[in-house]
Amino acid sequence: MLELRALSRHFGGVKAVDGLDLKVETGQIFGLIGPNGSGKSTTVNVVTGLLAPTSGSILFRGADIGALPTHLRLRAGIARTFQNIRLFGQLSVWQNLWVAQNSAADVARQGFFPRWLGGQGRVREEIARLLEFSGLAHRQDELASNLAFGEQRRLELARAMAAKPSLLLLDEPAAGMNSEEIGQLRERILKLRETGVTILLVEHVMELVMGVTDRIAVLNFGQKIAEGTPAEIQAHPAVRKAYLGGEAA
Amino acid sequence: MDFYFGLAQLIGVHTLLGLSAYIVLLTGQVSLAQAGFFAVGAYVAGMLTVLGGWHLVPALGASALGGAAVACAVGFPALRVKGLMLVIATLAFGEGVRLFFFNFDYQIAKGDLKVGPLGGEGFRQIRYFPENGWSTGEVMLFIWVFVAAAMALLWWFDRSRYGTVLRAVGEDEMAAQSVGINLTAVKVSAMTVGGAIAGVGGGLYAHYTTHIEHASFNILVATFAIAYPIVGGLRNVFGTLLAVIFVQGVLVEGLRFMGDWRNLLFGALILLAMNLRPTGFLGGRRRA
Repeated sequence: MLELRALSRHFGGVKAVDGLDLKVETGQIFGLIGPNGSGKSTTVNVVTGLLAPTSGSILFRGADIGALPTHLRLRAGIARTFQNIRLFGQLSVWQNLWVAQNSAADVARQGFFPRWLGGQGRVREEIARLLEFSGLAHRQDELASNLAFGEQRRLELARAMAAKPSLLLLDEPAAGMNSEEIGQLRERILKLRETGVTILLVEHVMELVMGVTDRIAVLNFGQKIAEGTPAEIQAHPAVRKAYLGGEAA
Repeated sequence: MDFYFGLAQLIGVHTLLGLSAYIVLLTGQVSLAQAGFFAVGAYVAGMLTVLGGWHLVPALGASALGGAAVACAVGFPALRVKGLMLVIATLAFGEGVRLFFFNFDYQIAKGDLKVGPLGGEGFRQIRYFPENGWSTGEVMLFIWVFVAAAMALLWWFDRSRYGTVLRAVGEDEMAAQSVGINLTAVKVSAMTVGGAIAGVGGGLYAHYTTHIEHASFNILVATFAIAYPIVGGLRNVFGTLLAVIFVQGVLVEGLRFMGDWRNLLFGALILLAMNLRPTGFLGGRRRA
């Protein structure tokens, strides 16, 4: 599904991502973990095209997408959420999902005029489904900026799903959540996987990562220091050192 | 009565100018290029009716196309830069257009009179309305048909997915492109629509004043254009209309009795309005 080959992104002298090789298989929930500043978010930004790689290549379903602009990567099937939620605060919940109707299928199915200048009727069912999925149906007319924190996270996930992605990049979706909310998020992620979406989960919260992922890669200072199943990673001495600091237990 | 009709004409034309900046401002871009598109529209329509002998309506259509084409061409390079850089870039463009018309001569003999743009002296004798016997009231109504059409168009946009996407881009460009919105296409399209509206406004302006010159399209006009939607707020198109009425009707005309004190009070009242309504007359939180 997604393959990174010797991917690097440097900021001046800082090697945020440095020679990263990664392979995410179709249908997997792949965890990308590492301490703060280890290059996780930079990796997501490079994969979605917000940042250009310094070197290396990005293959998505076998094709090199390194030169595609961000909006075309989304249309190809890569959607994301942001670590620091980025909703359109002055738009309603419903409108946040409306503007995100940009999947290749939507573009092909709808004519130009109905797509851009038509009313809201054509997409009502689809957006209702997304609202249902995220438990926000009762708040659809609320401004996104008025939502509670947990609701904003759910809306952002729904907005990413509006693009019907085949690969979903979740950038620290559990940041700031309590453990009940993390439990709900886990359910939601597992439910998403059943729909056939491949997920790259970038996360800090071990409780979530260990519970849902099939495979995990660990970054530190922009380099991969370990990769394996959750059980292997938990037992890995280099990981424990990078995470917990000090001596490997 | 003619005074009020004249004022209504002015307000109508300035509303078109303000609306052209409104749609660009929705995408978060502050453009000082609108006076340039306004100038292009004015000269195109004036030359077509005076030199080409066209009927005014198709000439205004050509103004719209001219304004749109120039706006589209400017949009691609200009919208690569943001914020203050965009302000400077569009300002430079507007001044470039003004200086072009400052040096633009194209006169032909009509009877014993030479007509057409003549550089710094401007373009006189755009006498379509008097020649065809239109009264001031009729001209005013004619102008307001176009104002109403432009307001209806933008009102419709605001309710469509297109208008919602414009606002999404205005709020957060990074999020917008990450949900699959083509930033360049959206921004350039807004600029193009804005250029068409400014072009029509310019064409109408040329005909009701009957005389245009480069100074009619200076930085002050560009500043007014962007000030209207800012003072009026972005909730909907009526904010811009209110701001034009406030500025042209109340501040410029209404304070005329104050003589030299007017200019001072003008600035103070705009400041006061912005302080009382920081997000514009019709601004702040929008309901969906």
